[in-house]
Amino acid sequence: MFEDLRDLYQEVIFDHNRNPRNFRVIENADRKVEGFNPLCGDRLTLFLTLDHDVITDASFQGSGCAISTASVSLMTGIIQGKTIAEAEKLFTTFHDMTTGKEEEIQLEAVGKLAVLAGVREFPARVKCATLAWHTLDAALNNSGNSISTE
Amino acid sequence: MTNYPIAKIRADFPILKQKIRNKDLIYLDNAASCQKPIQVIDCIGNFYKQDYANIHRGVHTLSQRATDKYEQARHTVQEFINAKSAKEIVFVRGATEAINLIAQTFGKANIAAGDEILITAMEHHSNIVPWQMLCAETGAILKVAPINQQGELIYAQFEELISAKTKLVSVVHMSNALGSINPVKQIIAAAHAKNIPVLLDGAQAIPHMSIDVQALDCDFYVFSGHKLYAPSGIGVLYGKQELLEQMPAYQGGGDMIRTVSFETSTYAGLPYKFEAGTPNIVDTVALGAAIDYLTSIGMETIAAYEHELLLYATEKAQQINGLNIIGTAKEKGAILSFTLDNIHPHDIGTMLDSVGIAIRAGHHCAMPVMDFFDVPATARASFAMYNTKAEVDVLIEAIQELINVFG
Repeated sequence: MFEDLRDLYQEVIFDHNRNPRNFRVIENADRKVEGFNPLCGDRLTLFLTLDHDVITDASFQGSGCAISTASVSLMTGIIQGKTIAEAEKLFTTFHDMTTGKEEEIQLEAVGKLAVLAGVREFPARVKCATLAWHTLDAALNNSGNSISTE
Repeated sequence: MTNYPIAKIRADFPILKQKIRNKDLIYLDNAASCQKPIQVIDCIGNFYKQDYANIHRGVHTLSQRATDKYEQARHTVQEFINAKSAKEIVFVRGATEAINLIAQTFGKANIAAGDEILITAMEHHSNIVPWQMLCAETGAILKVAPINQQGELIYAQFEELISAKTKLVSVVHMSNALGSINPVKQIIAAAHAKNIPVLLDGAQAIPHMSIDVQALDCDFYVFSGHKLYAPSGIGVLYGKQELLEQMPAYQGGGDMIRTVSFETSTYAGLPYKFEAGTPNIVDTVALGAAIDYLTSIGMETIAAYEHELLLYATEKAQQINGLNIIGTAKEKGAILSFTLDNIHPHDIGTMLDSVGIAIRAGHHCAMPVMDFFDVPATARASFAMYNTKAEVDVLIEAIQELINVFG
């Protein structure tokens, strides 16, 4: 019945939605930022541990739709071990992929995150995929302890 | 209902005859805004083709014709809600503007520091925020009567919250997020016993039931045209004449004045005092056409049909494992708000859209209601006069299937 949605809801997304990775609190995190999408009520808290400019640990709490849960689950995995500059660069690449600004999917750069490329066909759902990354951006730039997509 | 002219009604709504993602469109987002019959669409086109001009001051034929049609719409609304006089019908942009108008005029003139405004916990943001703004300006206090787990007003507690300080009771007639219909006659009687005026937010109620403002004895009744099969950008503020007369003017400008000099101006009488500037002429006339369309079928007939549809959908939904209906009030309009275990409403919305079903997923501009039920959002199927049991069947089948897909 839902054949048209295969690009959006790939099995990897269902998997991360059912079993989100890095779903835990980091006590004494160096950065803790809340991200909020007032449009749908999605709320997540992102925790980061930094060693100088390297992200050594990342986790999250909160609830959201399958797209936003899979996105934050994947993100918290992929940024571990990356420098702040590398994570910021990945945010830009990811953002360009999900908004369709960059037509070609930069597979080498985005890796597993490519499963989220399908949202570009669903403008109403782009923010679901990017909420995690906007929250990360705020955390890395130390710009307050909560952000909103609106 | 065997006599209900469903085929004719559906034929009157051109937008329904289309495919969405190769499937027949099933439009169940009517509580957000409903579709327009050809009678309303043609009314707009014909008015622009034949009758359009600015109203009220022109001496030429077209201006007179446009004025007549605009004022005829006022009489149509008056009869539709059984107001005593057409002077009690003020045209505004929608229910939101009507409430803001009352807050800024009646509110500022009658509500002071320490006074109380009483609402309920099931209000739409449009019946919360204007009062918060007024409270911030005046030092008045907003009181909120609680609801129970069924989404019904806890009437005893509502009554206890009416105090000597209460200056206005403002309650929703039918909740947009839950479908609950409030016991408005009881509410009005209790408030009037203490000489407190009552405003009813009828945005959701108006397309689903017959409204008689004199029988209700409410002091204000507000609604939007776009939820009543009319265009967006037009709405109605009904107010009892003596109250409207006492209220200060709202916006200043043309049409709302009697005389203007640089020293002072005098204001027009009702309802023009509240209608500054060139109004939304065409959509007002189209609102009249929408009401004519509804009355040709009959509000009681529509209400009975929709009630049957709601009961049918509710019964089917209750049979789905993992589906939770949010809002199970005994008195309820044609809204089915629900959540699914472990599936976010936004995923439900996208999945249903992919098979042609339009529902709403979100907080429905009622964040406090979501907080009360401890959900971030709900999925909401809301029914209109043109929906069918066959459409409900497709909805139910799709929900069952998406539960299977999510696993």
